[in-house]
Amino acid sequence: MPRMNVRTRLTVLLGTVLAILSFGVAHAQQDPIKIGEINSYTGPLAAFTVPYRNGWELAVEEINAKGGVLGRPLEVIARDDGGKPANAIKFAEELTRRENVDLLAGTFLSNIGLAVADFASRNKTLFIASEPLSDAVVWSKGNDYTFRLRPSTYMQAAMLAEEAAKLPAKRWATVAPNYEYGQSAVKAFKEVLQARRPDVEFVEEQWPALFKIDAGATVQALARAEPDAIFNVTFSIDLAKFVREGQLRGLFADREVASLLTGEPEYLDPLKDEAPEGWIVTGYPWQSVNTPEHRAFRAAYETRFNDYPRAGSIVGYNTILTIAAMLEKAGSTDTDAMVAAMKDLELDTPFGRITYRALDHQSTMGAFVGRTAKVDGAGVMVDFRYANGADYLPDDETVKKLRPGR
Amino acid sequence: MSFIVAQAITGLASAASLFLIAVGLSIVFGVTRVVNFAHGSLYMLGAYIAFTLVGIMGDSFAGYLLAIVLASLAVGLVGALIETILLRRIYQAPELFQLLATFGVVLIVQDLTRTIWGPDDLFAPRMPGLDGAIEVWGHAIPSYDFFLIGVAFGVLGGLWLLFRKTRFGVLIRAATEDRQMVAALGIDQRWLFTATFVLGATLAGLGGALQIPLQAAILSMDLSIIVDAFVVVVIGGMGSIAGAFVAAVLVSELLAFGLVILPQITLVLIFLVMAVTLVLKPSGLFGKPEFITAEDVRSPDPPLRPSDRVARAAWLAFLVASLIAPVLVSDFATVVLTEIAILALFAASLHFLIWGGGLITFGHAAYFGLGAYGAGLAVFHLSAGMGPALLLAPLAGALGALIFGWFCVRLSGIYMAMLTLAFAQIAWSAAFQWIEFTGGDNGILGVWPSAWASEPVVFYYLALAVCAAMIWALRHVLFSPFGYTLRATRDSALRSAAIGVDVTRHRWLAFTLAGAAAGVSGGFFAFAKGSVFPDVLYVSTSVDGLVMVLLGGLQSLAGPILGAMAFTGIQTELNRLTDLWQLLMGLLIVVLVVLLPRGLAGLSALVIRRGAS
Repeated sequence: MPRMNVRTRLTVLLGTVLAILSFGVAHAQQDPIKIGEINSYTGPLAAFTVPYRNGWELAVEEINAKGGVLGRPLEVIARDDGGKPANAIKFAEELTRRENVDLLAGTFLSNIGLAVADFASRNKTLFIASEPLSDAVVWSKGNDYTFRLRPSTYMQAAMLAEEAAKLPAKRWATVAPNYEYGQSAVKAFKEVLQARRPDVEFVEEQWPALFKIDAGATVQALARAEPDAIFNVTFSIDLAKFVREGQLRGLFADREVASLLTGEPEYLDPLKDEAPEGWIVTGYPWQSVNTPEHRAFRAAYETRFNDYPRAGSIVGYNTILTIAAMLEKAGSTDTDAMVAAMKDLELDTPFGRITYRALDHQSTMGAFVGRTAKVDGAGVMVDFRYANGADYLPDDETVKKLRPGR
Repeated sequence: MSFIVAQAITGLASAASLFLIAVGLSIVFGVTRVVNFAHGSLYMLGAYIAFTLVGIMGDSFAGYLLAIVLASLAVGLVGALIETILLRRIYQAPELFQLLATFGVVLIVQDLTRTIWGPDDLFAPRMPGLDGAIEVWGHAIPSYDFFLIGVAFGVLGGLWLLFRKTRFGVLIRAATEDRQMVAALGIDQRWLFTATFVLGATLAGLGGALQIPLQAAILSMDLSIIVDAFVVVVIGGMGSIAGAFVAAVLVSELLAFGLVILPQITLVLIFLVMAVTLVLKPSGLFGKPEFITAEDVRSPDPPLRPSDRVARAAWLAFLVASLIAPVLVSDFATVVLTEIAILALFAASLHFLIWGGGLITFGHAAYFGLGAYGAGLAVFHLSAGMGPALLLAPLAGALGALIFGWFCVRLSGIYMAMLTLAFAQIAWSAAFQWIEFTGGDNGILGVWPSAWASEPVVFYYLALAVCAAMIWALRHVLFSPFGYTLRATRDSALRSAAIGVDVTRHRWLAFTLAGAAAGVSGGFFAFAKGSVFPDVLYVSTSVDGLVMVLLGGLQSLAGPILGAMAFTGIQTELNRLTDLWQLLMGLLIVVLVVLLPRGLAGLSALVIRRGAS
């Protein structure tokens, strides 16, 4: 680069900064109810959070078109945490202190959900944890100000274990990413399955590093143990590699597979015509759920975004429905009133009626359990049923022990 | 027995993937001495471009193969652009600046890729003709695995021929050995560098394109591969092609068999192999010990002078400004200022090592994270209050640095940097996977300040007081006899040793001191965020630290502070404005590196002096 003098350099630099700052456009609304929303909108998680954002945008538009809640429109102020808990906390501070939001919502990764939940508790702000799966959000680390929408790791593992118990298989192998989610899922699955089927034994465990599965070697290690059935917790790219290697190496031939979340379009669709057939999965068969309330949601979503809904879309949509129902019930945006309203809050969603349990702040939103199949070269769920979340939680006494201090 | 053979072949296929990505990195480093963080981005681009091309022409074996070849050539072209537009301008800059620039490219490529291809995982079809499996001793092995192994051997052979039989190859080898001698012989370095970089980029693209029959193209593949690639290159010896091959095979086979015996080991194994290799053989398996050429003797930095009147006035004004700032700004701005104060200490401790000791580390997050975990675990397991927990933080950081440092300071240059990275990644893996003790990925919660310090303003003053005192102490150390000796070992280790200085011990002490300072910063960070998660130990935290130091400017003690301010401020504000903040941050970094190689401190020194005169 030819030598520039200081002034030229400063000018170029200043120009760059100004150009960047001018990206922002602020627009004000009339006295809205402000919802601070934090999620991982950039980076590798965008595939999950963009459908989620569409979901909540749709709900906000629908509600505001009908005049909002308590006579005021809803306004969602969204922030991107970039997948880092520390950033999420910074934006939680920003949303509560600078934007003066009435409540917080969102988060996808469990660790970020937990960090924001802890912040909400300390800051006495209501937090609707929409997507994080970890049981700790409402149990071991549960607090008064945090409520969770999505069915947890335990609930989904229990749904699969119920189906697994009906199988003749006795020798099970597990494969799960080696971190909290994978370990909790395997633990819950073992617990529920062995309670129902004391004759079942677990003969092999594989713990690939998250997003770094050495698929060929893992598949062979599993095959060597000659299990009757496999419980899979891997997801996203790990799942794709595992499925491809497993099919090529014949791991799934004559073996039952129970697989967590694999029926969600986010995970099933990228596999295209290689989607595994006959796996027992939890998920969201968006094409085939034909209850009137889901049909209405699907039509509205497809019209608005020219795309089909994913599991995240439902979660985003239900998050805003929850907040609207809660506000109607609370009658104000006072935090204590809102927290009280959240307890035993009932509302109708595209999945039917759900309740936020006062006992542990977990919603009873469920998931669909079924088998995978291939139709027109794409994976779908068939023979599915809606598993109501309320039926897959431990009894109240156990929950009280799991949620200390309540 | 049949299982062992099948597992060995499977491991060899993984080795082939790893070799293809590592070898380009090794060649580029050998010639240009650029630590190319963007190599992973080129690999990712290879996969995405190949995905698109396969959609157009991948219906037959030949079409699929053509798509892979075209994708790698396209990536080579992107490499040519990066080299001529960016790197060519900064070969003279300190090597860390090149690292920073390539990191800017990583951010830019990641956001551009997301804009072009969207956020979804893209799973390409299998390769026609190679979509089945071959029976080996009763085990079905994908035929593509054999193809991959074949390609790897083909590339190995091709490179061998290129390096032994062509003039270009001879020049590359010569430049790897002694760049200056090649220049003295009248070889056009610019052309040689561009060609080498294009070769490396093409290989990265090929590596990425060959992955798509195996795995989906996703946006995080750049950073997840680059660390592994570096590790393989370092184990094999920087610049050595055979080394990269042997190291890839070693790592992959250990992994393939390791997971049968101990499935939990997968994440740390590769780093353990690197640590052991570097401790036993400091320049890697096939690397030659770095001999000192004329250009490697760094020109000594200008001697550090005590602040003159202007500088002292500037420091004082800055301190007063940071004291009255909370009165003038909002609560949230105070929270951001607190974060800046904490990160400024982290950056200052890194700067102390890099500039004061000439010790380059890619794993400084380890000591920051150990401090954070020290404080967090004290609260979690011992129910300690904020005071004792904060006292434990520097101890944890110092202890970690004492142990890791003992190994690291025995190496130099890039090998040392990589060993620090290995230790940091091992610490991260432990925090991530040892759930009973550290809470794993779910972290440690409830690490909030004591009641008296819970107001943002009070906590700000506390953090400011301690961090400013620590930064001042680090500065003071640089002016002490120890600091003078340390700077002497930086400018010439050989001459220092000749006059009787124990170079290793001085470096080790500096390492420990920096570890303690980073630990303090980590402890405060834990209390500022109320929680500790494994990502404080992750390589991205180390990179953030480097970005702050380099953004601020290496040659000034004010650099890390200005860098922390700029980094945190820009990140916070950009994020509020646009989803493309990574892209803009990357552009800003690249522009800064090219226009202001002395960083923000260099700029402000100019402005201050101009104003004073």
